[in-house]
Amino acid sequence: MKSENTSYERYQRQIILKEFGEASQQKLLQSKVLVIGAGGLGCPALQYLSAAGVGTIGIVDDDIVSISNLHRQPLYSTFDIGFSKAAKAKQHLMKLNPDITIYAYNERLTTENALAIMEEFDIIVDGTDNFASRYLINDACVLMNKPLVYGAVSQFEGQVAVFNCQHANGDAPVNYRDLFPTPPKDGEILNCAEAGVLGVLPGIIGTMQANETIKLITGFGKPLINSLLTYNSLNNRVYEISLSAKATTQSLIPNTKAAFEAMNYEWLCSSGNTRFEIDIATFNQLQNNPDVRIIDVRELEEQPLPTGFGYIKIPFSGFKEKTVSIEKETIILFCQSGKRSLQAAQWLFDTFGNQRKYTV
Amino acid sequence: MKINIILFGQLTDITGTDSVMLEDVPDTDTLMNLLHQTYPALSQSKYLVAVDKTIIEKNTMLTDNCTVALLPPFSGG
Repeated sequence: MKSENTSYERYQRQIILKEFGEASQQKLLQSKVLVIGAGGLGCPALQYLSAAGVGTIGIVDDDIVSISNLHRQPLYSTFDIGFSKAAKAKQHLMKLNPDITIYAYNERLTTENALAIMEEFDIIVDGTDNFASRYLINDACVLMNKPLVYGAVSQFEGQVAVFNCQHANGDAPVNYRDLFPTPPKDGEILNCAEAGVLGVLPGIIGTMQANETIKLITGFGKPLINSLLTYNSLNNRVYEISLSAKATTQSLIPNTKAAFEAMNYEWLCSSGNTRFEIDIATFNQLQNNPDVRIIDVRELEEQPLPTGFGYIKIPFSGFKEKTVSIEKETIILFCQSGKRSLQAAQWLFDTFGNQRKYTV
Repeated sequence: MKINIILFGQLTDITGTDSVMLEDVPDTDTLMNLLHQTYPALSQSKYLVAVDKTIIEKNTMLTDNCTVALLPPFSGG
């Protein structure tokens, strides 16, 4: 009896909302939500879903906490640096709400483990930071017929949507591939590590994802089903567009478990290509060689500026126009994360072939 | 006939502005051709097109004072 009273007290402020009530609280306590990615979007989503009393929560993330995460992932503390995000998130959330069950999956979501993990949950929240994971999650949700609460950020703007969910008006469910049928080429769109992000923005977008999830579970309000909301944190402009399912989308999505497991999302998004990469030891050997040209392909304003070796700057945005004049045997390219330099290396290889060596 | 074009995310890096206004463009195909001529990097970019806040799949007639939005995918989290 005592535990029921404390439980009531914990959720009392939301239960007294007439749209919410005791029935909605029971729905939350019985619901199972999987949050994939415990980063800028995942942290606030996890905090509010746990606090609201979502009964079972799964956290998928294979990353560890690093100091550059903390400005936008305040679920973690400075003492968590170097530890598993999934495990630390679980530890903090259990203190926030010990009445719920939390499963930490300290692994990367892949075509091998995705279906087994996602099967255990009712709603999937995408808080990942790369297209390979986003397309993998979208396709798995379509295959398993699970609602997907999507969120993504880019510099000062964020997007939120609810995919794969039947609209009350009978319109067919929309999924991410109805918006963007195929992934952009690697490096075409920058992620947070490359383009930068102000910590508050994923906080806002991740919190909106939690809000959409709670509305989906309890049935009150109007979730962003078949809508894409864009929020601009610089001018506070919100732009919402209605989406519709495309006849051609279905053919892009694997329609069986075996077809899904055979997909290669990393390749589809052309990430994980190591053929041009060199390690730090090789770089140290090469950096003072007069036949080597080192190029920073980051944009002119990007920091920090490297010291200790000579280099020239050819920003990625104008790379193809300016590289013809480089007369060196070996070219070493670098950027923030390695994605743009890799794409530049691929382009050099495709254009000039093996006459020159290109390494990142 | 006045057409308002609004751009999101990194598309604004290409155009240098988040809104463009054009006169007398009959449909979205013509509009895209015009924009790609003015901003060649736009033709290399992925984005969805919405006319008056509704996503479009094929060439769509434009009306006076309508708004065409170009929204790129975001990957960050």
